[in-house]
Amino acid sequence: MAGAQPMIQVIDLHKSFGSNHVLRGVNLSIDEGSTCVILGTSGSGKTVLMKHIIGLLKPDSGRVIVDGEDIVPMTPEQLAVVRRKFGMVFQGSALFDSMTVFENVSFALREHTRMSDDEMREVVRRKLEIVGLVGIEDKYPSDLSGGMRKRVGLARAIVLDPKIVLYDEPTTGLDPITTDYVDQMIIDAKKALGVTSVVISHDVASAFKVGDTIAFLHGGRIVEQVPPKLLRQSQNPAVKVFLSTWFEKGEY
Amino acid sequence: MAEEAEKPGAHQPTALYIAVEQIGKRVTGVVEELGGIVSLGWSVARWAVRPPLRVENLFAQLDFVGVGSTFIVMLTGVFSGMVFAHQSSRAFMLFNAESLVGPTVALTLTRELAPVFTALMVTMRAVSAMCTELGTMRVTEQIDALETMAVSPIQYLLVPRVLAGLVMVPLLTMLFNTAGMAGAYVIAVNLKGISPGTFIYRTQQWLDPEDINEGLIKAAVFGLAVTLIGCYKGYNASGGAKGVGQATTQAMVSSALAIVVLDYVVGVALH
Repeated sequence: MAGAQPMIQVIDLHKSFGSNHVLRGVNLSIDEGSTCVILGTSGSGKTVLMKHIIGLLKPDSGRVIVDGEDIVPMTPEQLAVVRRKFGMVFQGSALFDSMTVFENVSFALREHTRMSDDEMREVVRRKLEIVGLVGIEDKYPSDLSGGMRKRVGLARAIVLDPKIVLYDEPTTGLDPITTDYVDQMIIDAKKALGVTSVVISHDVASAFKVGDTIAFLHGGRIVEQVPPKLLRQSQNPAVKVFLSTWFEKGEY
Repeated sequence: MAEEAEKPGAHQPTALYIAVEQIGKRVTGVVEELGGIVSLGWSVARWAVRPPLRVENLFAQLDFVGVGSTFIVMLTGVFSGMVFAHQSSRAFMLFNAESLVGPTVALTLTRELAPVFTALMVTMRAVSAMCTELGTMRVTEQIDALETMAVSPIQYLLVPRVLAGLVMVPLLTMLFNTAGMAGAYVIAVNLKGISPGTFIYRTQQWLDPEDINEGLIKAAVFGLAVTLIGCYKGYNASGGAKGVGQATTQAMVSSALAIVVLDYVVGVALH
């Protein structure tokens, strides 16, 4: 990624909820076209950080620069424009359960484009093909397995060809085979679309597999941001404890 | 030593202190909640006039709140009119004033019973479903998903529901009035032997259009209030299935209370 421009920059970000100071000066830079995994223990503020990146939360102080624009001072209308650069895959997929797969994936097309039904069908078919699903357009989310829902969630996230895809705990609660499949899906999506990916996770194995860089969030700060192979050599005590606990469990 | 011995006692809150603290917390909670509902109402009003107009969503909610409640409102209306005619005729017969059964039922229905019962029926049938649906969407991140797709959840989800309440509760109230008067007519004329002419003439004589208007204004206020409360509770639900259940219970209780309180407030304001 040498020479690549940063697509996302987080500068000295602070956020408190009441007396709980969750983010205490986060600094993070993610290059265009790369995959950054934000790793950390449960409750370390990973999801809070992701919600700042997409503008769902306003920080107490600090800056979030997306594709060259500081989104913190933006109005809701300006943020709505910036959000079209994003696609987001939620932990529980967050598919609209009253809609079919086609209606879910085509939702953003209906909202933001003037495509005809036939054009939408074609786009939806192509996006579903990218995530390895064919012929399920008329099914409802309740008819799908957890892994399939994740893939439909990704198809929905990439339907407007976003520059950035955010994944919130994409492998949490999945069995090892489906986890592997979802990891591969993230890698394939990056290759096929050239998007910048941000993955929130506490799954070390997945982080090492999909990440170009791993940012470790601890104590409200990013204490390390390095390529996966360098993370093992980290001298940061929190990283060492986190990784050693994982390796002792024999999960990686 | 004496000072040390007194210290624990000095910090022991008295029963009065605890009671005042609890009341204070309750009052603060209610004020906060009222502020939240009013603020949401303002957001709904602002998003309602911004394009795009989501006609399809609006019609779906008009159908759900209005058409879907037709049967239960008619049934409640018929039986309310019947029981009221039955009881009032028993009382009026004691001093040979049966001719007042029609106007008594008409005035009570149009001014009070129809808007209150209709709003309660809509609350039980439609607002509970709204709150549960929105709450489920909140805890399963479907509302967050809308926001990340640059779609305002307030405009997409809340505006059609609140407008449906505002429009359909008055219409259902008219239906309640009609069904109630029909029920009262059947009991008064067919069972109590009051002449049809007397029933209709006396009702026309006593009932003013303002009485009907008063009921319809109340119905619109109730429709707005209960849908806003249901949407507020569902939209801000948290904590999984249990949280959604609690939000729905709170929405039902708060809506019912809002109806009786607003019934008095609007009634006084109109006179």
